[in-house]
Amino acid sequence: MIRVILPAHLRTLARVNGEVSVEISGEPTLLSVLNALETQYPVLRGTIRDQVTHERRPFVRFFACEEDYSHEPAETALPSAVVAGKEPFLIVGAMSGG
Amino acid sequence: MSGVRVLVGTRKGAFILTADGKREKWDITGPHFGGWEMYHLKGSPVDPNRIYASQSTNWFGQLIQRSNDGGKTWEPVGNKFDYATVPGTHQWYDGTPHPWKFARVWHLEPSLTDPDTVYAGVEDAALFRSTDGAQTWHELPGLREHGSGPRWNPGAGGLCLHTIILDEKNPNRIVIAISAAGAFRSDDAGKTWQPINRGLRSEGIPDPDAEVGHCVHHIAMHRLRPNSLFMQKHWDVMRSDNAGDSWEEVSGNLPTDFGFAIDVHAHEPETIYVVPIKSDSEHFVPDGKLRVFRSRTGGNEWEPLTKGLPQRDCYVNVLRDAMSVDSLDSCGIYFGTSGGQVYASADAGNSWNAIVRDLPAVLSVEVQTLQ
Repeated sequence: MIRVILPAHLRTLARVNGEVSVEISGEPTLLSVLNALETQYPVLRGTIRDQVTHERRPFVRFFACEEDYSHEPAETALPSAVVAGKEPFLIVGAMSGG
Repeated sequence: MSGVRVLVGTRKGAFILTADGKREKWDITGPHFGGWEMYHLKGSPVDPNRIYASQSTNWFGQLIQRSNDGGKTWEPVGNKFDYATVPGTHQWYDGTPHPWKFARVWHLEPSLTDPDTVYAGVEDAALFRSTDGAQTWHELPGLREHGSGPRWNPGAGGLCLHTIILDEKNPNRIVIAISAAGAFRSDDAGKTWQPINRGLRSEGIPDPDAEVGHCVHHIAMHRLRPNSLFMQKHWDVMRSDNAGDSWEEVSGNLPTDFGFAIDVHAHEPETIYVVPIKSDSEHFVPDGKLRVFRSRTGGNEWEPLTKGLPQRDCYVNVLRDAMSVDSLDSCGIYFGTSGGQVYASADAGNSWNAIVRDLPAVLSVEVQTLQ
């Protein structure tokens, strides 16, 4: 199980409180986490990445183990601490006010 | 008993205001979708409890919400807006080619006959339609592929399709408007389109009389007189009496003919309303006075409506979709401001009250007349 922390607006959309967990079959990567998340919470489709191009939305960032994964390729493996469930994978709305 | 429901979209959520036919006491619910930009909400004419809402932010993109109980509860529906064909390029602000890219839904127009059919006007400009209650969306690509698309350029808010007018007398006719491309009409239910901009003159484009490129801000039509269209252009208030084949200016004695909103009285097809804004760089009302101007002659002769509206130190804007009318016997007029006020008149504009005054900046106002 991969622990995922969503930004507040997406928690509201998905109707969840706190962090969520997703099951990954195969090697956990950025892509597989996003796929699993959107399968489990279809309302999130299009909110984190474009539905057509699958590009990360510009104001969304991916953090894990104090590292920025926002610009890593989709097939990038998640760090072992995230795979082991010791650390969460963070999806963050860019800190840009508004 | 009759009543009205006012659907207000703001920069930070949606609000629903209801009142009985007297329109004196208002109940307000919201914010719905707090923190999200609610560009537009509109109810189905055939099922008023069916309401569609456009929800977006720069952070998390576009969602569409649907209510089946008049806005008490909502469910997210389809939000995949995929252009039907390779979209190519339009002009950027500096005239260079710029790739077409979906950004948001500006306007939702429910069908006049089927609550499950709804049209969406989007940025970058295109027209989409859903026939399954907004679960899935399909572009009507004939508009974007009209051929003039590479010459369309964005207005300050983006290359947005913001106006969709359906004609109850002619189901095959659709009129739309795009900033800054102009107005277009289809007479075959959206398959093919023709620009309807003859008579428009815009000094901000290389050829002021060009076939396309005009920054049309909004168009209004009376449902019983569909060939008469009233337009608030970037500058100039215009009218057409041949469904857009040609336009004439009717700005007349307005203090400024820049503005965004325009609407038509529910029962008087020649009575129209605008809110003049000082200029395209000063998006506030002139002289610190919030004035709605009414013409009972279909333009040219305008009277200021001020009773109940602030007449000093007021510097708000009224956006293109932020004015609406009800169809009660005494026609009600409503508009929302960038300052968060929603004003209502239950007597066709003779007098006004702020029915709520401290909302986030208002993007859209739509009114449902409930029987």
